[in-house]
Amino acid sequence: MKKNIGSIGIRRAIAYIVLVFFSILCLFWFVLLLVNSTRSNGELAGGFTLIPSRFFVINMTNLFKGSLPVVRGMLNSLIIAALSSILTVYFSTMTAYALTVYRFKGRTAILTFILAIMMIPTQVSALGFVNLVGAMGLEDSFIPLIVPAVASPVTFFYMKQYMSANLPMSLIEAARMDGAGEFKTFNMVCLPLMKPAIAVQMIFAFVASWNNYFIPSLVLYKDEKKTLPILIAQLRAADFLKFDMGQVYAMIAFSIFPVIVVYLFLSKYIVGGVTAGGVKE
Amino acid sequence: MVKKEKSKIGRYNKWGYIFLIPFFAVFVVFQLIPLFNTIYNSFFENYMSGLTQIGPNFVGLGNYKELLSNGDLGVYFKNTMIMWVMGFIPQIFFSLLFAAWFTNPSLKIKGQRFFKTVIYLPNLIMAAAFSMLFFTLFSRVGPINKMLISFGLIAKPYQFLSNVWSTRALIAFMNFIMWFGNTTILLMAGMLGISKDLYEAAEVDGATPTQIFFRITLPLLKPIFVYVMITSLIGGLQMYDVPQILTDGTGDPMRSSMTLIMYLNRHLYSKNYGLAGALSVILLLITAVLSLIVFRAMDFKKETK
Repeated sequence: MKKNIGSIGIRRAIAYIVLVFFSILCLFWFVLLLVNSTRSNGELAGGFTLIPSRFFVINMTNLFKGSLPVVRGMLNSLIIAALSSILTVYFSTMTAYALTVYRFKGRTAILTFILAIMMIPTQVSALGFVNLVGAMGLEDSFIPLIVPAVASPVTFFYMKQYMSANLPMSLIEAARMDGAGEFKTFNMVCLPLMKPAIAVQMIFAFVASWNNYFIPSLVLYKDEKKTLPILIAQLRAADFLKFDMGQVYAMIAFSIFPVIVVYLFLSKYIVGGVTAGGVKE
Repeated sequence: MVKKEKSKIGRYNKWGYIFLIPFFAVFVVFQLIPLFNTIYNSFFENYMSGLTQIGPNFVGLGNYKELLSNGDLGVYFKNTMIMWVMGFIPQIFFSLLFAAWFTNPSLKIKGQRFFKTVIYLPNLIMAAAFSMLFFTLFSRVGPINKMLISFGLIAKPYQFLSNVWSTRALIAFMNFIMWFGNTTILLMAGMLGISKDLYEAAEVDGATPTQIFFRITLPLLKPIFVYVMITSLIGGLQMYDVPQILTDGTGDPMRSSMTLIMYLNRHLYSKNYGLAGALSVILLLITAVLSLIVFRAMDFKKETK
């Protein structure tokens, strides 16, 4: 028995060492980024250190005054991510509501259909999408980046799972008895009950849109319309060594840290939300 | 009375169709029509040769023949798969290990919330920015080279992005860092779903932890395992942001890190719509087959009831 406890102790120690090692492996890059964004170009050329310097504000000011429209880019990213995440959760919930609450002809077929299209990558229809955007005259418009969020099979699937478990039909019938219309019942009874699921999915949808690079890079051309990932790609394409490295790190930090800060506050819900939808329990 | 009741239900149920309208209207306009347009374009010769527009002329399967015969597709498919496998093997290994540790009641790992928060973090980071970060950190004059030199590990700066395998390894490593936390959490959920009685019975019978893991956990984990594997493979086929930014779209050195979607992006930019269309259709077919496997393994149909 004693030997057994001893071996568990050893296994536990190994587990902690490996876990701490991988935690460092995950965090190291961001710590280095944070430190480097506080150092001047001269200091950065000098050598490697993990001790922060005092040039953070100067680097940020230089970045804002520089040639890349980063503040504009962040605003564009914010607008697109905010609107598309709202559309995604609202209409995915509505679609889930249609297929959970009502019994109509073709319901199972529609469900199977949505599950079947869930895996289609957006890239495979990108050519047609670019053609469509051109035909509609919507180049440099945010509409083709926001409106398609209405049809999001993955968010729908999560909402459907959550709704099947958490929306009592009795409440809907009670609302009907009180004479509420179906649309009002959805907005007033269903949506408030879905709040936890809506919050989780909104974060995921927001982050996905915020990080999206492929499709926006095919639709946005003008500098003042570009989103942060496109500006990052532009920074990469520019002749790198001529740059003030302090500014380069400031730019990367500027794109990454808002998400990290939000994540640190909401990590409990985000990590919990990873499993609830995708996997059968 | 019965008739009235039925018509009332019917009246409500028509709202099911109404609530589906936004989803399907947007799906048809922004996904289905583009998809058909892509397939349609794949049968036409349509590109710019210098300043002259060639086509569109109907060429049947000509674009497919050209794609499959000129050899590039095979090379880029191989690149994509090599980098996916290089990232996926450590990803599935460490995810299984961590999920087993986290769910093992006799190990009682403390600080689980902290570890899960930290290992999931890279999954939310903008891949474009993360790649730019790695590009600067691993450049010839970057801090990683400076660090290695000051530790005396290397004598002169190592050109990470000029060597085939170090470039591929960097891309695979970034994919690994970004995805192993996600996989760990998915596998954990699967392991927690396995009945405790089975483990207790096995322990009573004197099974070792290793035996329990291979004889009980792994077989019962199969559906989630297949789900993780195939969704990761589909994600791997879509690999784009990381190699695109890291190599500035060139897929260098010597196009050894050029992926299928980077290839697609090239055709889209050079407006070779015929080849772009055919490439998209091939990708769609591969994805469809893979999805079918997930569909079977997960038995989604049961859930839709």
